[in-house]
Amino acid sequence: MESPILKATNFNAFFGKNHILKNINLEVHKNSVWAIMGPSGCGKTTFIRCVNRMHELVPGATVEGSLKLKGEEIYEMNPVVLRRKVGMVFQRPNPFPTMSIYENVIAGYNLNGIKLSKMEKDDIVETSLKQAALWMEVRSTLHKKGTFLSGGQQQRLCIARALAMNPEILLLDEATSALDPISTSMIEELIQQLKSEYTILMVTHNMQQAARVSDKTAFFYLGELIEAANTKTIFTNPKHKKTQEYITGHFG
Amino acid sequence: MEQSNWKQKLTPLDNEILLLKTELINMWQMVLSQLEKAQQALVKKDKDLAREVISTEKRVNGFELKIDRDCEDILALFAPVAVDLRFLLAVLKINMNLERTGDIAEGIAKFVINLPEKFDVQLFELTRIIEMFNQANEMVAQVMEAFEKEDTVLARKIFKKDDLLDEINANASAIVTDYIQKNPEQIDPALYILSSIRKLERVGDQAKNMAEEIIFYSEAKVLKHKPKSKKSQKDEE
Repeated sequence: MESPILKATNFNAFFGKNHILKNINLEVHKNSVWAIMGPSGCGKTTFIRCVNRMHELVPGATVEGSLKLKGEEIYEMNPVVLRRKVGMVFQRPNPFPTMSIYENVIAGYNLNGIKLSKMEKDDIVETSLKQAALWMEVRSTLHKKGTFLSGGQQQRLCIARALAMNPEILLLDEATSALDPISTSMIEELIQQLKSEYTILMVTHNMQQAARVSDKTAFFYLGELIEAANTKTIFTNPKHKKTQEYITGHFG
Repeated sequence: MEQSNWKQKLTPLDNEILLLKTELINMWQMVLSQLEKAQQALVKKDKDLAREVISTEKRVNGFELKIDRDCEDILALFAPVAVDLRFLLAVLKINMNLERTGDIAEGIAKFVINLPEKFDVQLFELTRIIEMFNQANEMVAQVMEAFEKEDTVLARKIFKKDDLLDEINANASAIVTDYIQKNPEQIDPALYILSSIRKLERVGDQAKNMAEEIIFYSEAKVLKHKPKSKKSQKDEE
């Protein structure tokens, strides 16, 4: 079997003395969509923030154990290089407000000081916007501000911005929770399409979304990874009592 | 692992499921009563009781439609998962099996109405139909109890009980053929009894199907099409 693209081995995360993630062991393989579920405060967002080392931006935050991206220790990599390989999209769409749609998409290159020719930039913008299923809607207004777009379009612009860097992994932190059902459905469809080229980890509170979109589901509770399995198994016959109680709405 | 924060509460879906369970048990009791009345009607050649069974069948059908609709509503409105989803899928299938069991009681009641006055009760003893009726009713009652108590051990006991029904059914053709040859004037009632035996054998099958559904929703194990020996053992998948 192909080696995992992301591998956590006895991985722990702390905020000061608070033990947030406890001995997480998880293997994420290429071209899979993982849903990370669990009640608020269970550590799911902390886990994905560790994957691109945003966790350490909080004073007093530390980690223990191993977290590897394609066999390389994430916490030994240059964070700037790492973040080029790990794209992230947040709950609220956050296009750079002073930049146009075009500039937003290539912001990663500009901010990293990577020089590109006009043709290369045009190519990256078009490809990324097409991958994010936004090209047809914005191709004639590429130089307008990204903030003029609707919430759903802005979120797809953020996805295009993340994809422009051609990441190994795309992290989605409740990326559809601020969107209406139509925009949500477009992004869910997009996730299905992106799966062929990217590996996606999505934190979601929407269990039906996890069931619809993901191949694998990881259930976190009180900082522990309780169960990680095929999404079908989790939603039809979860092995752990806590997973069952959570997905059937008995706590959380 | 910390066990705090575990609060068991009854969710709106739990309440819907409890109501559905009660409704299905009510239907089950009605179907069981239909079978018992059909048996009484046959034993006593009581045509009035047989007519009562036929008229009550409409209520069984009404239950079936209501339970189907309730399942559809719950699936649409609550999007159940895991054990809740398995429960609903099981209820849909049990509902169908119960309705068919109700049809069988009605079918036997119709034979009772057509039985001639000079019916030879010796056929009961020869074919062991009453013994079969008792066993079939007991199976339906037992599987209902297993559903009510979510008792998969009890549900598993159903599979072996079916052996008796199979045995009586397998012997029936030869017995009835022999009887008809000796008593040609009793062809019609003898064929009614043979048809009833065939129907009762199917009641056993319905009870087994329902037992399989109870095990499916409680343990997430699929026992369909498995050999009988494996179905009766808890540890076997």
